[in-house]
Amino acid sequence: MDNDRIDQIIDKHHGEPSYLIQVLLDIQSEHHWLPREALERVAERLQVPLTRIQHIATFYKAFSLVPKGRHEIHICVGTACHVRGAPRVLDAAEELTGIKPGETDLDLKFSLQTVNCLGCCALGPVLEIDGKTHGKMSPGQMADVLKNYE
Amino acid sequence: MSEILLQIDGKEVKAKAGMTLLEAARSVGISIPTLCYHEKLEPFGGCRLCIVELEMKGWSRLVVSCVYPVEKNLVVKTRSEKVDRIRKMIIELQMAHAPDAFDLQDLAKEYGADKNRFEKEPSFCIHCGLCVRYCAEVKKKHAIGFVDRGIRKEISFVPEIAAKECWNCKECFPLCPTEALQAAYVLAGALASFETAPEK
Amino acid sequence: MSLINSPAELEEFRKNVLSKRDPNKPCITLCSGSACNASGSLEVAAAIEEEIQKQGLSADVDIRRTGCHGFCERGPIVVIHPEEICYFNIVPKDVPEIVSETIKEKRVVERLLYTDPSTNEKIIHESEIPFYKYQERIVFGFNSKIDPKNIEDYLAIGGYAALAKALTGMTADQVLQEVKKANLRGRGGGGFPAGNKWEGSRNAPGDIKYVIVNADEGDPGAYMDRSVLEGNPHSVLEGLTIGAFAVGAHEGYIYVRQEYPLAVENVHMAIKKAEEHGFLGKNILGSGFDFKVIVHQGAGAFVCGESTALMTALEGRAGEPRPKYVRSNVVGLWGRPSVLNNVETWANVPLIINKGADWFTQIGTETSKGTKIFSLVGKITNTGLVEVPMGTPLKDIIFKIGGGIPGGKKFKAVQTGGPSGGCIPEDQLDLPVGFDELTAAGSMMGSGGMIVMDEDTCMVDVARYFLDFLTDESCGKCVPCREGMRQMLKILTNITQGKGKEGDIELLEQLSETAIEAALCALGKSSPNPFLSTLKYFREEYEAHVKEKRCPALSCKELIAFYIDPEKCKACMTCAKKCPSNAIISAKNQIHIVDQEKCTKCGTCFEVCPPKFRAVTKISGEPVPPPIPEEARTIVRESKQK
Repeated sequence: MDNDRIDQIIDKHHGEPSYLIQVLLDIQSEHHWLPREALERVAERLQVPLTRIQHIATFYKAFSLVPKGRHEIHICVGTACHVRGAPRVLDAAEELTGIKPGETDLDLKFSLQTVNCLGCCALGPVLEIDGKTHGKMSPGQMADVLKNYE
Repeated sequence: MSEILLQIDGKEVKAKAGMTLLEAARSVGISIPTLCYHEKLEPFGGCRLCIVELEMKGWSRLVVSCVYPVEKNLVVKTRSEKVDRIRKMIIELQMAHAPDAFDLQDLAKEYGADKNRFEKEPSFCIHCGLCVRYCAEVKKKHAIGFVDRGIRKEISFVPEIAAKECWNCKECFPLCPTEALQAAYVLAGALASFETAPEK
Repeated sequence: MSLINSPAELEEFRKNVLSKRDPNKPCITLCSGSACNASGSLEVAAAIEEEIQKQGLSADVDIRRTGCHGFCERGPIVVIHPEEICYFNIVPKDVPEIVSETIKEKRVVERLLYTDPSTNEKIIHESEIPFYKYQERIVFGFNSKIDPKNIEDYLAIGGYAALAKALTGMTADQVLQEVKKANLRGRGGGGFPAGNKWEGSRNAPGDIKYVIVNADEGDPGAYMDRSVLEGNPHSVLEGLTIGAFAVGAHEGYIYVRQEYPLAVENVHMAIKKAEEHGFLGKNILGSGFDFKVIVHQGAGAFVCGESTALMTALEGRAGEPRPKYVRSNVVGLWGRPSVLNNVETWANVPLIINKGADWFTQIGTETSKGTKIFSLVGKITNTGLVEVPMGTPLKDIIFKIGGGIPGGKKFKAVQTGGPSGGCIPEDQLDLPVGFDELTAAGSMMGSGGMIVMDEDTCMVDVARYFLDFLTDESCGKCVPCREGMRQMLKILTNITQGKGKEGDIELLEQLSETAIEAALCALGKSSPNPFLSTLKYFREEYEAHVKEKRCPALSCKELIAFYIDPEKCKACMTCAKKCPSNAIISAKNQIHIVDQEKCTKCGTCFEVCPPKFRAVTKISGEPVPPPIPEEARTIVRESKQK
């Protein structure tokens, strides 16, 4: 991501340090991860220490310091989905992709992440890939869902 | 300067407005154990070892003395059955990380803590935060910070800054109660390829 | 669009809006909240637009895409006005029939109606459906009547009249006293009287004060705030502005979690429209009061729902809570007096100003006034958002409104208050919902999440689940929470895996005391609650896990085995085909055997075995019977004997 684009984002948020999280959210959303150079640029422009940015980038789950896969799989493990069997759905996803939550596979095809509530409890267990929600999931359906993604 | 009168362990204490209970206690020679407190740094309130018991209107509650501001007519007990029990637990929880740290061993003797109560944890950082805070507040270099949260929280050097600044400084080193800091520094140097030991 | 500069101009504008609306004109409303969108309402919306145009009805029929209606189990939901005909589980191919039959011919499409499960009768009107009938939706009910992106809809139902009354007809102190008199308690978790909080800020020294909306809603299973913010953002803005006036704040913040993109979008749009009309900005409605609102998004941290952590996040830092010895309504955001309240709390304020505290205090109990929106989820037939007066017995919510437990299963417990709350068992179902009542039972109101659990839920696993959640979400600053929960999670995980030992429960109790007494913030202090409440009501489950290595609910993977009953197996091969680990030894007419070495306990065989056979069983706490010898596995079919 080039510095011009980063500067634009910083200026959109008035260059204020209190908007640090909002700036990083915009960079993450456009670029899908936070490269080191981007963090250094933000530190320089907003005049905040890199340790503060480092802490924020690792403290908040929305951010990733490594590139993500083409398809991000989010499995809801909120309480309602949990009692409806989400752990087994998660096991099936781990089995099929070969990765654990927080990881990305070596082909950069899938990233797997657990989320704590998508607010679609009526459809639980819920799985979201690339913005599309799949409801009433069971472990047996996982293979069929995943094979649609290249 | 407004004066605030309160009672600590039966002693009448005259404190200044804005003081914490810990500072007020120390001013009259009453010692309260701490792990994350340092006079040059803003109070952190992380280790909770300095908890004391406040008595008011017939019931008592525990507060953290390094951050609790003095108020008039407070009745404070720095030791009690409950205070001791919780301090013992805190020491035991910390010793799962650093059973050999001298400060923890001394505290364990005082409070009857068992260093083997919990299974050992891989990291011997006890998160007192002294290194991070000293570098940020006193040296203002921000060479080291915290990363992540919860049980995954760790200290982490910023390699570019550490490579430049730490060599001549290392003022945080004596502050670390467990030497996890020194280990982290050497590791950071190895990962980012900067010298951490004196050249011969 | 010119600004509305006085209450008189507002009423003029409102009259104008209403005069252009014919209450008898057919209107198709479609629920377009996030959950219905996930169920396909975007496609249904497109189908409705297309069909209306195709049939040449664009001038005669209104289409209104509203926020969440609340009956999420049955979404997407379509309601035809003015008759209030309610259709459920709509898919795009239902749309032509709805338009032809109901809109044009005024005939009901029976198959799309709600069927009462006890009488088997079809119910046409929304207000007669049991799920809605037993609720009192004074806050949430507006969702189904307005398009959140259209401020005129909000004005048509009387919106911003409370703001006009407060700013120009009352003093700031009178507004504050009214909210105090109403005894509006925080709907976010603490249940602290809002009026007292406001008063503390109002009286605190300093000219700069803030009001904040906590829309971080981190409790898993709770999505009431999202639905209110998505579906009726102006109600929150109006309440916030009234609160700001009462407190003396000129700047407000809305902190929304970024996992709610539709809520973020709708609130931004609502702010823009409110500014265009003069409900936000300078000299609002000619009152001389200035107020502006800024939106900040969360970035994925449950702890930021804690008020001091939220304020730290607003300052652009990692959300670590601060000690509350000096309250944040005196020293809060940037060290200034800050009133932080939950979305639902703010949404109640315009009602209190419009209808008065006396009206509000007539609803609810002695100590808990008004209504509460609950998210009724988990093992429940009618999953959705439910608004009832405080004091309603839990069993009414779960059985009358919720329709009880699906699949013929038995109710076991209801978990309230999120990760800070506890479980309430069957013998307490008469408990009226209220702040103090739930706390006395060992749980708490929390933000209103209500997760129903049945006989298949392992309560030890529930405690472990919440600790797993909290160890991930803890900020990690203080020892009792970070280290205490680290050890509690280890012990509970061991227990669920059959590695529990004598003394574990006592150690868990001691760690609980340390967290309650010495943790930094409410997250840490309440973290032992799920464990303590499940221990209180379900101690026998803990003891079975520790002493007998048995999971009574047959849920904990390491403690159960799947076993095919040879008496019941009819060799249909269904389980063998579906088993993802090839762990079922099977052949035509041969009774199937689970190979325990290969079995990963995924439960697929249990799910797919046909109900008429029910041959797959779960065993716990005792050894699996050895497989029957090969010779005995052949099934002789009756037909062969003919």
